[in-house]
Amino acid sequence: MSAFRNSNLDRRTALRAALGLAAAGGLAACGGNTGRSSGGGAGLTQYFHAYGEAGTEQAIKRYAKAYKDSNVTTQWITGSNFESKLFASLLTDKAPDCFEFHPQLQMIESGQVADLSDLINPVKDDFNPADIASHTVDGKIYGIRMIDDPQFFFYRPSLFEKAGVEVPQTLEELIEAAAKLTTDKVKGAYLGNTLHSMINPLIWSAGAQHLDDKNQIAYHTDAVVDGFKQLRKLFTSGDLLLDAPTDFWDPSAINQGLTAMQWCGMWAMPQMQEALGDDLGIFPFPKVGDAGKQSVYNGGWSMFVNAKGKNLEATKEYVKWLWIDQKEYQEDWALSYGFHIPPRTSIAASADKLKSGLPAEGVKLFNEYGNFDNIGWTQASITALEDVLANSVRKGGDPDKELTKADAKVNKELKKLFG
Amino acid sequence: MSTITKDGVSSPAPAKASPAKPRRGLRGSPTFNFWLFTGPFLIGLAIFVYLPILWSLYLSFFEARFTVTPSEFVGLDNYVTMLTDEEFIRSLVTFTIFAVFIVPLTWGTSLGLALMVNRLRFMRAFFRSVFFLPTAVSYVAASLVWKMSIFSGVRFGMLNTFLSLFGIDNTAWLASPDPPWYWLVILTVRLWLQAGFYMILFIAALQNIPQELYEAASIDGAKPGWQTFWHITLPQLRATSTAVILLLLVAAYQAFDEFFNLLNKTTWGRPPLVELYYKALGDSQDYGAGSAGALILTVLICLVTLLQGKFMGFGRGEESK
Repeated sequence: MSAFRNSNLDRRTALRAALGLAAAGGLAACGGNTGRSSGGGAGLTQYFHAYGEAGTEQAIKRYAKAYKDSNVTTQWITGSNFESKLFASLLTDKAPDCFEFHPQLQMIESGQVADLSDLINPVKDDFNPADIASHTVDGKIYGIRMIDDPQFFFYRPSLFEKAGVEVPQTLEELIEAAAKLTTDKVKGAYLGNTLHSMINPLIWSAGAQHLDDKNQIAYHTDAVVDGFKQLRKLFTSGDLLLDAPTDFWDPSAINQGLTAMQWCGMWAMPQMQEALGDDLGIFPFPKVGDAGKQSVYNGGWSMFVNAKGKNLEATKEYVKWLWIDQKEYQEDWALSYGFHIPPRTSIAASADKLKSGLPAEGVKLFNEYGNFDNIGWTQASITALEDVLANSVRKGGDPDKELTKADAKVNKELKKLFG
Repeated sequence: MSTITKDGVSSPAPAKASPAKPRRGLRGSPTFNFWLFTGPFLIGLAIFVYLPILWSLYLSFFEARFTVTPSEFVGLDNYVTMLTDEEFIRSLVTFTIFAVFIVPLTWGTSLGLALMVNRLRFMRAFFRSVFFLPTAVSYVAASLVWKMSIFSGVRFGMLNTFLSLFGIDNTAWLASPDPPWYWLVILTVRLWLQAGFYMILFIAALQNIPQELYEAASIDGAKPGWQTFWHITLPQLRATSTAVILLLLVAAYQAFDEFFNLLNKTTWGRPPLVELYYKALGDSQDYGAGSAGALILTVLICLVTLLQGKFMGFGRGEESK
């Protein structure tokens, strides 16, 4: 007699228990973060990467809960591979109905994102024109910009003053400043652990672009090569903070006194002001080479609708409701947690928090030096230049040769996209 | 009960009739029972292993970027791409370096721990548990602890704090391949995670060695310690060692978590699975090239395993030795 029988648990009971558990598991799987107990209409799913600012997850779920026509489930995706998870899920039946991402042509080419022109056109004039342009292909607009996120250098004026350092205007001056600012406790500069966030501003500050008007390579110039060489010099100088616990997007390094200046986004400004008070300044990426000009990376996030989703119309309704109609939520999203610039000019104009002090200076840099993503610059091309940076700046390879290798990959991508 | 025969040899009494009723129909059929118990497993195997492998084979002959249902047949292009891809070839070199270090290191450490724990007179179970416990920790969690606590590059990283006591400057353990300190981080985390498991295998094998062998050796004048270990213990552990080395090699081929989490988006220190992840599932989403690479890797693993089995005699019966 088996132990099973001793415990009065026969096979039928065990089978029933297993089926019960399976059913319970299935029911549990039907749940999720809808943010409410019941709701009508189609069940929609939206993907968001995990923002660093406290309260953002709750805010997004609160907006979703307020929508009455559909049950909206939010997948708040933590970790550093939001892109991979999003791309992989878009190939399956579990793909989100809408998701945040950056404008990229391959998603349009592969039919993954829906044309949202009919939603945006009536209010098109109220959007930052550069945001509209960066989401437009053949006259159709494929995403709704939610926030604009300028990235620049944050610095501690007190430490600059103590070291007798002026705000750098050129990359050489930045390297010299980092050396003077470095002490046994504080490193001169922090550019992130992978340094990937340096690629775009480096190209723009060297007076180049990723692609030209004919969608051909425009980043491979002598000034860009020289910029990579200078970054290598900074990387090996001992004046750069390396292997910090958090990456560039998190203000911990400058807040904890590990560095005198840090590349970061305007989203982290409130946290920095809270930690450092008035001892905080900003400046754009300095110019690279004689023909260069200072630059600011105007990053941000946009809402896209899955063109292959089962609830396309319902999703478009939801997206319109939240990101076109609900200006109150849009303002809350842009300004209540971190500082972001609202892409809607009417909201940006009335945003008191951005009208004075350091936030106003951030807006000024955004307008004066800002550069937006090119929709033809897709993930494969991004990765190709990330490899250039890794191999030349962190590994010590020849930037010109590495850029030539990247050219082959980017050209292959461009051929697929533009023929 | 037995009966006496003419030859005086007892024959077994006839068995009593079983009180249980003989099973009839499907439930009594061994074939039915075989499929009942193995069926679900085989279905799972077919759906989750063989079907994906076949689909991967199909994808490897197609241009499959951002899709797993491609239509553009490209023949062997993906295979040529992968076999001429500098990064993929480099990933095989990375694996080789990793295996060359981690296999003997883990083998030696786990054997050493097993010998040590096996000789303990007190608290043997405690130490066995202590060394085995890391096996229960996830590779991701352990990698993050290593990266953010022990090997953090800033001044309050545990190792940097310790080294600063001797006046040594902060080291960014994972930032740069020159010098390649990242290997220290990767090897120590894996060693910590897996040595305990193999220690248990060695302890089991050590306890199976007949005590008489040691006694006979002692009578013959063998000195306890190194001589006994070299001439008795180690040969007796041959079968276990072979299995452990095979398992370690397979585990090394499957290395992913610690490389992926410790070396985020570097171009160095990518073993084959990480390289294939970046090719197929990462930002590139090239399922055609990724599938071709996966199949090349599968063939390679089979070849290495067969060669290793032939070289070390894994699975060979005692009688054939």
